[in-house]
Amino acid sequence: MSDEYENNKSGYQAQSSEAITGSAGSTSPDIDYVRPAELPEQDLYHGHTFITKWVFCQDAKVIGVQYFLTAVFTGIVGLILSWLMRLQLGFPGLAGFITAEHYYQFVTMHGMIMVVYFLTALFLGGFGNYLIPLMVGARDMVFPYVNMLSFWMFFVAVVILMASFFVPGGPTGAGWTLYPPQTILEGTPGSGMGILLMLVSLALFVIGFTMGGLNYMITVLQARTRGMTLMRMPLTVWGIFTATVLAMLAFPALLVSAIMMTLDKVIGTSFFMPTILKAGEVLEYGGGSPILFQHLFWFFGHPEVYIVALPAFGIVSDLISVHARKNIFGYRMMVWAIVGIGALSFFVWAHHMYVSGMNPWFGFFFATTTLIIAVPTAMKVYNWILTLWRGNIRINTVMLWCLGFIVTFVNGGITGIFLGNVSVDVPLSDTYFVVAHFHMVMGIAPVMVIMGAVYHWFPLITGRLLNETLGKWHFWTTFLGAYSIYFPMHYLGFIGVPRRYYEMYDSPYMTSAVGMNEFISLAAFLVGAAQFFLIFNVIKTLKTGKRAPKNPWKANSLEWHTSTQPPEHGNFGERLPVVHRWPYDFSVPGAKDDFIPQTTPPSEMVHTKVEKT
Amino acid sequence: MSSDPKIDGFELKPGFRGMASDTGSDQTMFKGVHWGKAMMWIFLVSDTFVFSCFLIAYMKGRGSTPVEWPNPSEVFALDAFGVPVPLLLIALMTFVLITSSGTMALAVKYGYEKNRKMCGWLILATAIGGLTFVGMQVYEWSKLIHEGVRPWGNPFGAAQFGSFFFMITGFHGTHVSIGVIFLFIYAYKVFAGHYENGGKRGWFTTMKGDYVEIEILGLYWHFVDLVWVFIFAFFYLW
Repeated sequence: MSDEYENNKSGYQAQSSEAITGSAGSTSPDIDYVRPAELPEQDLYHGHTFITKWVFCQDAKVIGVQYFLTAVFTGIVGLILSWLMRLQLGFPGLAGFITAEHYYQFVTMHGMIMVVYFLTALFLGGFGNYLIPLMVGARDMVFPYVNMLSFWMFFVAVVILMASFFVPGGPTGAGWTLYPPQTILEGTPGSGMGILLMLVSLALFVIGFTMGGLNYMITVLQARTRGMTLMRMPLTVWGIFTATVLAMLAFPALLVSAIMMTLDKVIGTSFFMPTILKAGEVLEYGGGSPILFQHLFWFFGHPEVYIVALPAFGIVSDLISVHARKNIFGYRMMVWAIVGIGALSFFVWAHHMYVSGMNPWFGFFFATTTLIIAVPTAMKVYNWILTLWRGNIRINTVMLWCLGFIVTFVNGGITGIFLGNVSVDVPLSDTYFVVAHFHMVMGIAPVMVIMGAVYHWFPLITGRLLNETLGKWHFWTTFLGAYSIYFPMHYLGFIGVPRRYYEMYDSPYMTSAVGMNEFISLAAFLVGAAQFFLIFNVIKTLKTGKRAPKNPWKANSLEWHTSTQPPEHGNFGERLPVVHRWPYDFSVPGAKDDFIPQTTPPSEMVHTKVEKT
Repeated sequence: MSSDPKIDGFELKPGFRGMASDTGSDQTMFKGVHWGKAMMWIFLVSDTFVFSCFLIAYMKGRGSTPVEWPNPSEVFALDAFGVPVPLLLIALMTFVLITSSGTMALAVKYGYEKNRKMCGWLILATAIGGLTFVGMQVYEWSKLIHEGVRPWGNPFGAAQFGSFFFMITGFHGTHVSIGVIFLFIYAYKVFAGHYENGGKRGWFTTMKGDYVEIEILGLYWHFVDLVWVFIFAFFYLW
C-alpha cells in the first residue's frame, strides 16, 4: 500500500504543477496556485436598526431562518390537521365538531400546506438561503434585496392561506389537487372565498419563489469563490440548485392553472368547466376541459415531488459522508443522478392520471418514463450504502436520521414501482396504498433528512449543540411511530379502503379496517407528540445547552470554516476562502487528521494520498 | 454588445470546447456576464414556460370545444375607408412593437458608448412605442367588447375564444405595461446620470448603477416582443 502512495504522490504533483505553470517541477509553491478573483468583492448592505437587521433583513442567513420558522409554523398547522383527520378516521364521531365538510377541508389544507408551504419553503427557502452562500464561499446571495422581497412575498402567501380558515365557508375542501369542476362548484366546502384565497396564495407563492430561485441559481452559477468549481460543490448545493431549476420550470404551470381557475371562479369563463347539470338545471358553464387542468397541475405536481426530494438527497449525502468519515461514493455519479432525475421528472406527470380515461398508449409511455427514474434513484441508494460500507460510522442522532431516511426512501420507492405500472395502479388508485406510498417517499423520508439536518447544522446557526439523548428519543419514537402509521396503510389499500373518505359507513371494510384505523390513529398521535422532543430540545439547548466547539463534526465544507461561528453578515470575515479540493476528503491515508477542509492547500498535504482533489 | 471579456489567468476558448472549459472552471460559469443579466435570462426562460403553458392550454381548449371557433380574419377585421381589411390593426400593432425593439437595441448600443443623451431619448422612444401598442390594444379590446365579445361568451362562436383571447393578450399587455413603466424609470435614470461616474447606489441596497442595466431591460423588452409574435401567429393566423 505505502509504495502506491509514493507513486501517486509524485504523479499528482507533476500533473498539477505542469498544468498550472507549464514546467515539470516536482515541488514548488505554484502547486497552491488558484487564479485570481474575477469579480470585485460584493458590497453588502449592513442593517443597523432592529427592523433592517431582523425584519426586512438582507442577510441570506437571517432570511433562511425566517423562511425556516415560517415553514415550521405552517408545518405545525398541517400536523394538527392530520391529528384531526386521524381522530375522525380512527374514532368516527368521537369529536362531534368534525363534520364531513371539515374533514375534506382538513385533507385539502394538510396536503397543500405540507407539500408547498412546508417542505418546498423549508428546503429551498430555509436551507437554500442559509447554506448556498456559505457552501459556495459567497458573501451573500447575489441580490440580497430581491431575496428579502422573496421571503416577505412567501410570508404574505402564508398569511392569506391561513386567513382562509376564518372566511365564511372556511378553506377549500376540494383535495390538494384542486380538480375542477367540483372545486369551484357550490356544494364543495370552501367553494366561495376559500378556493379564491388558496389560488391567490399559490400565485403569490410562485412569484415569491421565483425571486428567491433566481437568487439561488445565480449565486451557484456566478458567485462561487476562487477554486470552487461546480464539481467541488457539496451535494447539498447540487440538490438545492437542481431543485430550484425544476421549480423555475414547473411553477409556471401552477401559476397558469391558478390564474385560469381564478377566472373560471370570478368572472365565469369556462376554461376547465364542461357543461354541467345541477339539480336539473344547466349551469352557465360549458365547453371547457377539466383534463386540461389535470395536465397543467401535474406538470407542476410531479416535478414538485423532486423539488422536495432532490434537496433531501443532497443534504443526506453530505450528512452520511461527514458522519461516516468517508468520502461520498461516486460523487460524479451522484451529481449526474440528481441532474438526470430532475430532467426525467418533466416527462412522467401523467402517471398521476392513469384513471382519467387517457389513451392506454399514453399511459404506457408514462409508465415507461416513470420506471426509468428508478435507475438514477437506485444508483443514489447504492452509493449511500457504499459510502457507509467500511466507514467509521458514528451512530449519533444525525446518522440515525440518515439511516432512517435510506430505509424509508427505499420502502416508498418500491411501492412507487407498483403504482408506476398502469395495470397495478388502476385497482390501487385512490386507496390507502397511494397514501402510504407518497407519505413514505415524499413525506417521512424528506422530513427525516430535515431532522438530521437540524441536528447537524444547529451548532452552526446557534453555536450550541442539541442534546443527544433527547435527539435519540425523538428519532426512535418518530421512526417506529411513522412505520406504525404507514405500514398498515399499505394493507388497507390492498383490501380496497378508499382514501379521502370521511368514514367507512356500512361498507365491508368496516370489520377488518376498524381496528387498524384505531391503531394508525394512536400511532399518529404519538408521532405528532414526539416532535415536542425536538421543540423542548431546542428551547432547552438555547437556554442551557452545551456550547459547540468550532466545527464540531469535523466537516470539510466551507460553512464550518467561517471567521466566527455562527457566521456574521458577510460570512467569511476579511478574506474569502480559497478552495483547493472537494468537501469529502475524510480519513485520507497519511493525513494528520481524519478530515481535510476544502481550504487546505495541496502543499500542506504532500505526503498524503490526495494532495489535490 | 460588450467585447469579449478579459479574464485574468483564464483562457477563453471558442465553441463547445469553450463551453466545457467555462463550465468546468471556478467562480463563474458565464464568464464576464453581469449577475443581473444572467438573472434576466433565467427569468425569461421561466417566463417562457408561463407563456408556453398559456398557449398550449389555448390549443387544447380550442381543440376540444363542442362549438365552432370564430373565424379570426372576420372577427379581427378593421374597416379602412369602408372596406373591411383583415388583420389591419394587428399588423400595425406588430409593426410598432417590433420598431420599438429596434430603438431599444440602439439605446443599448449608445448606453455602452456612454452617449447619455442618445441613450435616454431612444429609451423614451421605446417607451412611447410600447405605450402606443398598449393604446392600440385597448382600442382593439373595446372594439371587441362593443361587438359583444366577453370572457364568458361571444356572438361568433365558442365561448372560450373570448376567455383565451382576453386572458392571454391581457397577460402579455401587462408585461408590456410593466415594461413601459420601467422604460420611463430608466429613461429618467439615464438622463439624471445614475450610470455615470461609477454609478449611483439604489435605495436600500448597495447595488451601483451601470449601463448594463439598459441591456438587461432590453432583454426583457425583446422577449415581450418575441412572445407577441407567437401570440400573433396563434390567435390571428390560425
